[in-house]
Amino acid sequence: MGDSIKKWFSLNLGNSNTKPSGSCGCGNPSGGCGSHNSENTDENAIGEERHKDGFEQVFDVKMDRRSAFKKLTASLMVGAGAITTSCSVIVGDETKEKAQIDWEEQFKGNYKLMSDEEKKGTVDRLVRSYQLRTGKTISMSSKNAEEDVLFGYAFNISKCQGYMDCVTACVEENNQDRSSQMEYIRIHEMEDGKGFNFNEADDNYYHEVPAEGHFYMGTQCFHCDNPPCVEVCPVQATWREDDGLVVVDYDWCVGCRYCMAACPYDGRRFNWSTPEVPEEEVNKNQHYLGNRMRKKGVVEKCTFCVQRSRAGKNPACVEACPTGARIFGNLLDPDSTIRWVLENKKVFRLKEDLGTEPKFWYFMD
Amino acid sequence: MRRLKVFGSLVKDSLDVITHGSKKYHIWMAFLTFVMLVGMYCYSVQLEHGLSVTGMTDRVSWGLYISNFTFLVGVAAAAVMLVMPTYVLKDIDFKQAVLIGEGIAVAALIMCLAFVIADMGGPSVLWHMIPGIGVFNFPNSMLTWDVLVLNGYLFLNISIPFYILFRHYQGKESNSKVYIPGALLSVFWAVGIHLVTAFLYQGLQARPFWNNALLGPRFLASAFAAGPALIILVLAIIRTFTAFKIRNETLKKIAMVVTVAAQINLIMLISELFKEFYAPTHHSESAYYLFFGLDGKTALLPWIWTSISLNVLATVTLTFHKLRNNSKVLYFACFILFVAIWIEKGFGLIVPGFIPGPYGKIVEYTPTGIEIGVTLGIWALGAFVFTMLAKTAIKIETGALRYHKNES
Ligand code: SF4
Ligand code: SF4
Repeated sequence: MGDSIKKWFSLNLGNSNTKPSGSCGCGNPSGGCGSHNSENTDENAIGEERHKDGFEQVFDVKMDRRSAFKKLTASLMVGAGAITTSCSVIVGDETKEKAQIDWEEQFKGNYKLMSDEEKKGTVDRLVRSYQLRTGKTISMSSKNAEEDVLFGYAFNISKCQGYMDCVTACVEENNQDRSSQMEYIRIHEMEDGKGFNFNEADDNYYHEVPAEGHFYMGTQCFHCDNPPCVEVCPVQATWREDDGLVVVDYDWCVGCRYCMAACPYDGRRFNWSTPEVPEEEVNKNQHYLGNRMRKKGVVEKCTFCVQRSRAGKNPACVEACPTGARIFGNLLDPDSTIRWVLENKKVFRLKEDLGTEPKFWYFMD
Repeated sequence: MRRLKVFGSLVKDSLDVITHGSKKYHIWMAFLTFVMLVGMYCYSVQLEHGLSVTGMTDRVSWGLYISNFTFLVGVAAAAVMLVMPTYVLKDIDFKQAVLIGEGIAVAALIMCLAFVIADMGGPSVLWHMIPGIGVFNFPNSMLTWDVLVLNGYLFLNISIPFYILFRHYQGKESNSKVYIPGALLSVFWAVGIHLVTAFLYQGLQARPFWNNALLGPRFLASAFAAGPALIILVLAIIRTFTAFKIRNETLKKIAMVVTVAAQINLIMLISELFKEFYAPTHHSESAYYLFFGLDGKTALLPWIWTSISLNVLATVTLTFHKLRNNSKVLYFACFILFVAIWIEKGFGLIVPGFIPGPYGKIVEYTPTGIEIGVTLGIWALGAFVFTMLAKTAIKIETGALRYHKNES
């Protein structure tokens, strides 16, 4: 990671992370989805953003090979297109289109390294493919991080009563697999008088809440500012965006699960089988890096509902919480509630000694 | 052109060697093929339904595959223990043994790569990992280091024996100026693959059980015990079934290596146990789980105590010259040492790293039938590859296989 991740985080909210807008966090000009790439955008991109891309600085040569591969893919695509066209008597237009899309999707590049145009290209293909398969239209965004935004989260331990409305809302919002009951959020029920004793806490309770003599604490991905999960990924399928969100490109992940071993906060989930969401429950307002449909064998995690947060809304868990225990906002905005909490409450974070710098604080009234 | 022709004839001849053999040989190969087919069937089930057919979960996200991978890296690295004295110190005793050792290394590496691929959620997008075509997160991710060093080591261990055998095949002596630099490099490389694999786990601050400076050295020690122990067993088998001559001195020297490594390994184990249990901290919980169980969850207890008893028994046996020099006892000791270290580096290392989870949750792991099937299949693949390599190599070394100009 050549860019601005410091080894040790200091809470310097005033002036961090001012970066040119419209960047994807790396700005690599030749991410290569095999299409949608004109000479012009390439040059602009190099002019503006080249300095930011650690990957490209180190592996300049590779990018050339990448584009060589892209060309190869493109020519193969032409070939495949020719074959399918010549067989057009047998297959319908839609089948052909679907095959074309599948092919391009299989050989597209890493989202992190795509230009804005390429991002749009892959999003369009995914929307079209969904339409071809189910006849339903979804909306999928590829909105980049905004300037002067760094998302943070605070959790009020005194308020949480363990209702788990956040968990339900999260599952619905983010199209999580229903069959394996995947949940990003875990609520730990702890006994009063024992402190934060996670060992004896129960994160899988089914009784009525709030239970007498207990308090509750929620965990999820903390969007670390120095995320160990990002460091270990062999293919850069997961990374920290400029607004602080740690995201996964589900199509680039190879499913090695090294990031799960590296996360100290149990923040990541794996699709052990093909995720199932009943068609009528699918949330059709999606983001490429967020709640779009996943496939089997890839890792996913909380994205602070990137499809909502980048559209100026609160994540689903914040909205769903009946007690107001969850606070979300822009750490760089001095007037935000989250800033008020950080400045006026006695906040703490979990496992601070690991140097991961979570952007998720706990506090009590 | 001539070289190509010789190569062509070598390939033809070795195919001949591989497909012909005694009845026992055919039964052995048929058995391996059968196990491989079962493994392939299990893997196809896994491909279709995803990794949910394994015992792994979000809480214990690595299991049998990665355990075996870790262990086999050690076996592969151990070939170096034989390479060094043979090639560099001109210790003629080891010369035949080393070809076998390198054959084992090649087979072990192929198994390693197979285990990694079996563990992947998306084998169809594995090209994302190929440097140049995909995105290779080097040098940040230790996994990319591991991919590099393992493939490099595989290359070294194929090319050196190939060079030597190729020369011998033509009835020529191999030129030491050519292979000694390669052999020297592979010595360092073997230590490298092991340390890098240890760093894969050692570098994770999230898992205190692994995040421990002794992990790398202990990997080395146990590898240099288990690897040569396996080589002794294989040499013993080869000695009984083929014309290949292996002198008793060779076995004795390798046994010495095994003994010293096993002793060092035991000392490190004691050091680890002392640290975990003299002043237990929050971070000792995984070790507690492993050795004594936590909250009544004791799935690993039988494994680890078997491993420790076998380990101690083998080390003590090997330490006494009288016992070690008796070949029956030696083979037995090597066998139990091998099993002990397989358990220790597999179940005893990978699984407890995840238990208890980051928030103290204890969820146990038991491999499923499918997982075991795939694992056995990969082991059979390794044995298959090794048998083919060894058979050809032995034929060449004993002079039964030579290039005839007129023949081809
Ligand atoms: S909580 Fe875990 S998954 Fe989330 S950013 Fe931190 S290390 Fe990564
Ligand atoms: S599972 Fe996916 S995101 Fe995680 S380290 Fe492996 S490739 Fe990267």
